Amino acid sequence: MMSKDVADIKSEASPIDTDKMWVIMGPQHPFSHGLWTLKAQLDGEIVTDAEPIIGYLHRGWEKECENRTYPKIIPMADRLCYAASMTYTHLYCMTVEKALGIDVPDKAKYMRIMADEVCRIQSHLMWLAAVGTDLGNLTVFLWAMREREFFMDINVRLCGARMTTNFPRIGGVRNDVDEEFMMYAARCVDRFEKAVWDIISLIDDSSTFVSRMRGTGYLTREACANLGITGPAMRGTGVDFDIRRDDPYDNYDKVDFDVPVLKDGDSYARYMVRIEELFQSCKIIKQTLQKIKAIGKNAPYRFKVPSKVPAGRAFTRLEDPRGESAMYLVSDGTDKPYRLKVRSPIFVNVSASKPLVQGSRIADVPVIMAMIDMCLGETDR
Amino acid sequence: MTEETYQKPSVREIQELLEKKFSGKVRVTGTEERRVCANVDRDCIHDVCAYIHGSLTFEHATSVMGNDMIDHMEVIYHLSNYFNGVIVELTAELPADDLRIWSVADIWAGANWHERETYELFGIIFDGHPKLKRLLTPDTYEFYPFRKSYKLRGKE
Repeated sequence: MMSKDVADIKSEASPIDTDKMWVIMGPQHPFSHGLWTLKAQLDGEIVTDAEPIIGYLHRGWEKECENRTYPKIIPMADRLCYAASMTYTHLYCMTVEKALGIDVPDKAKYMRIMADEVCRIQSHLMWLAAVGTDLGNLTVFLWAMREREFFMDINVRLCGARMTTNFPRIGGVRNDVDEEFMMYAARCVDRFEKAVWDIISLIDDSSTFVSRMRGTGYLTREACANLGITGPAMRGTGVDFDIRRDDPYDNYDKVDFDVPVLKDGDSYARYMVRIEELFQSCKIIKQTLQKIKAIGKNAPYRFKVPSKVPAGRAFTRLEDPRGESAMYLVSDGTDKPYRLKVRSPIFVNVSASKPLVQGSRIADVPVIMAMIDMCLGETDR
Repeated sequence: MTEETYQKPSVREIQELLEKKFSGKVRVTGTEERRVCANVDRDCIHDVCAYIHGSLTFEHATSVMGNDMIDHMEVIYHLSNYFNGVIVELTAELPADDLRIWSVADIWAGANWHERETYELFGIIFDGHPKLKRLLTPDTYEFYPFRKSYKLRGKE
């Protein structure tokens, strides 16, 4: 019903002849999580044009890498996205391993994908907290951040750091896990699967919040694919693709999980996809914990690797919590990369903000953009 | 004449179709599981991309990037198929004195910002791009920071 309303508004010409007005939202604005600006042109309350502006956080990450040896880039890769630091480090290590032509121990693969899924849950909870504030539901914010803290503790037990973990290494991972960690992680995931229902019911049982999401930010499947939107935002628009399943890396082909896909294409579908991904991540973590246990205590978790990478090129991609992230490495035989390109999912997703918000009310813009899950560290690099 | 469309072209099919359709202009340099790498003449990049998008159903442009090889520059495209997870990697070489190539932003809207980024960081001009302006760096920059001629501090 809501979607029909929006469709009517789109076709309806403004009854009063008013000048169009540009509203600058950002860089410091409650809706922009991070430093970016959305310029929106308004006709009354309807957004007729929009232009995102980024670059406030551009550090020249790729150029900086050309000045550092391969192991020194690992902590830098953590800083690309603080909410899901492990995925970028994982991606970087995979890229260098591919250029080196080496395989990593089975145990390290399982530990990495477990760490990835912990990061995915952290990132999705951070997103859920942000959605809470955007919708005006502060309880969701507090509860989601509380749940996230338990997964931070998993990180601390795994590697000693909460956010910038510095855990994957070229050729494996930094350290092994102990019995206590396995017990804690299993208990934490079991607990979370029940506790998350409290947060979901806060949003889903309230028609106020659901009606703000339903029917807004609508895109068709073709438009979504063409605009390059990836990740949960894409799967909520009907594109049935997940790199973990369709182009598997490490040991994702050996664990069992489902990829949630919804065809509705509105903000609510994107919200539902992310919520379902939380449960799927829990499923993967449980399986990997069992597999790590089955491999045994004394199995190797890291191989020694040469410091120089032979001349060549390597491309790898990985399913980030926010979408498809990829790295392309050009090496020239020295111990430093010649060129390292990072493909950030949000960089492309935010470029699609014009078709996303065009035709909607200005009040719906925060909700629509919240479903993109902004992270400026990786966008500006 | 409508061309045959392939929704799930295999790596071998892609290799054969590209080499048959654009003989001499596209040279497949290597294949792996779900990966095809090819060199493309820069004059026909738009035709090749339109064919890959239209007939081979590559709906998504993962990335467009520049690479400074000092004596020449490269533009590297990674194109992705949502039905079978195949990535086609196209490399187009540009001579150092003529850094121009056709934009593919009209084929994939997602390539728009990738091309803008490549323009501002490498100075490669994408002809036919809807808005070729600086994106990440300030408008006042008169240099291209990712070129090898731009040295980092301590490396001058």
